[in-house]
Amino acid sequence: MRGLAFAARSLAVLLLAAFLLVPQRFAPLFEPFTEYGAPPIYDQGSLLGLAVAHLLLVFAATALSALVAVGLAVFVTRPSGAEFLPLSRTLVNIGQTFPPVAVLAIAVPLVGFGLVPTLIALFAYGLLPIFENTVAGLRSCPPAVLEAATGMGLDRRQRLYTVELPLALPLLLEGIRLSLVVNIGTATLGSTVAAKGLGEVIIAGLLSNNTAFILQGALVTGLLAILLYDAMGGLERRILGALNVGGGA
Amino acid sequence: MIELQSLTKRYGATTVVDAVSMTVERGTVAAIVGTSGSGKSTLLRMINRLIEPSAGTVRIDGRDTAGVPGHMLRREIGYVIQGHGLFPHRTVADNIGTVPGLLGWERARIAARVDELLALFQLDPGLYRGQFPHQLSGGQQQRVGVARALAAGPSVLLMDEPFGALDPIIRDKAQADLLAIQRRFGTTVVIVTHDMDEAFRLGSRIGVMTGGRLLQFASPTELLTRPADPFVERLTGTADRALRLLSLTTAASLVEPGSGECTVPAGATLREVLSELLWHRAGAATVLDESARPLGRVTMERLCAHGRPG
Repeated sequence: MRGLAFAARSLAVLLLAAFLLVPQRFAPLFEPFTEYGAPPIYDQGSLLGLAVAHLLLVFAATALSALVAVGLAVFVTRPSGAEFLPLSRTLVNIGQTFPPVAVLAIAVPLVGFGLVPTLIALFAYGLLPIFENTVAGLRSCPPAVLEAATGMGLDRRQRLYTVELPLALPLLLEGIRLSLVVNIGTATLGSTVAAKGLGEVIIAGLLSNNTAFILQGALVTGLLAILLYDAMGGLERRILGALNVGGGA
Repeated sequence: MIELQSLTKRYGATTVVDAVSMTVERGTVAAIVGTSGSGKSTLLRMINRLIEPSAGTVRIDGRDTAGVPGHMLRREIGYVIQGHGLFPHRTVADNIGTVPGLLGWERARIAARVDELLALFQLDPGLYRGQFPHQLSGGQQQRVGVARALAAGPSVLLMDEPFGALDPIIRDKAQADLLAIQRRFGTTVVIVTHDMDEAFRLGSRIGVMTGGRLLQFASPTELLTRPADPFVERLTGTADRALRLLSLTTAASLVEPGSGECTVPAGATLREVLSELLWHRAGAATVLDESARPLGRVTMERLCAHGRPG
């Protein structure tokens, strides 16, 4: 089973790398999806460049979401911030339920076209899973452990950093992973407002009625999401194992 | 030594602890008993300021604790709770070394102290130092919990139903260990429990609380023979009070010259001697010291006289 998973993973990585580095080699594969001699492989820019830009955009947005969501989650689980929990929950829920396209539509008149409105949309969209998971993680710390920590003389900061956050980490990381993967897909929308990313390939395909382009954009994005999900899982196990929390022990 | 003076805790209009004053002498064990909601846990938690008192003072070894920041105070006071509260993501050694670490001890000193405590609690340091709490049995976890509370050598140890989750055999052992270690370090202990047997076994003095008030704080014998309040009598129970009384004294203290038809160890309680006498239908038992040499005997007559002194 393990060997099979490893083989599938390696194959996916190799396939993706090969396609991004030498896309022209795959031309025969995509030929049947074109009409009237249209180019079978996206030719209006480097696929590798677009993929890297796409990833960077998603990483930046998720990092920002994580920073804000974790900070907020810590705040509302302190006694002083408890009354802000419903409000915070409403805010991050709006971030999730408000369609990213709508966020783009609102953000563009305010901040112009390009990277920034996309960053805002992805940031808002990624808050909820990280916030809710971190709150759940912090709340799942056994009361006896917290009582013992305080009873031994840890101050609030020490208790947060040495007990609560390490114990909440499995759920927190799971939230980040979820956010990251969802945003890989969502980020393709950024290309409608001229943010560099894999959405460009899909949109170019839609505009020129070239199914091959659409397929390429979608496949690369999908593969990236799957591989990233997988890689994050491995990273999580490593971090948790090193800290001996969650399933790591 | 712990001195409480009119210690009070109010939440709004309800008074949870009502002007409790008591003095726990250095190196003694005070057991606080009471029904749930009697305020005994709140009282305990005001001593290390996990709960801030509404009024009154707490002095530990003569010093008013109100002037010390709460978390600094708690580093000097051992604290054990039911369900041990060990950090699941830290090794046994890291758990025990928590307070010394907070106090800034050097690594080598912490390691030496951890090994010393593990050995004291009959846990092989080489084997258990690096284990995680979930790898230990319930009894072992509980021992590590007590070891952790004693790590920095506190003069005061507070315990809130520490043995409540243990099965009777392990609890018996844990109580014996606690007494041995308490005597060895001369620690002043306050233990909250709802188990009367535990209170009578461990307490040098027993405090009875109800409705936030301390009804009586006295030696076990006094509590049985001169209860200050009908509630005290009810809580300690009257049906077996003579037996309880007997359980407070050892055979060694009633020895007279002679021999009997059965044998008991010198450390046996009079209650155990009585049981042996009844079992063997004997009138007297020979008392043996640790190396099984006869010290003398305890007769049924003297035993009976002891069932209600004064």
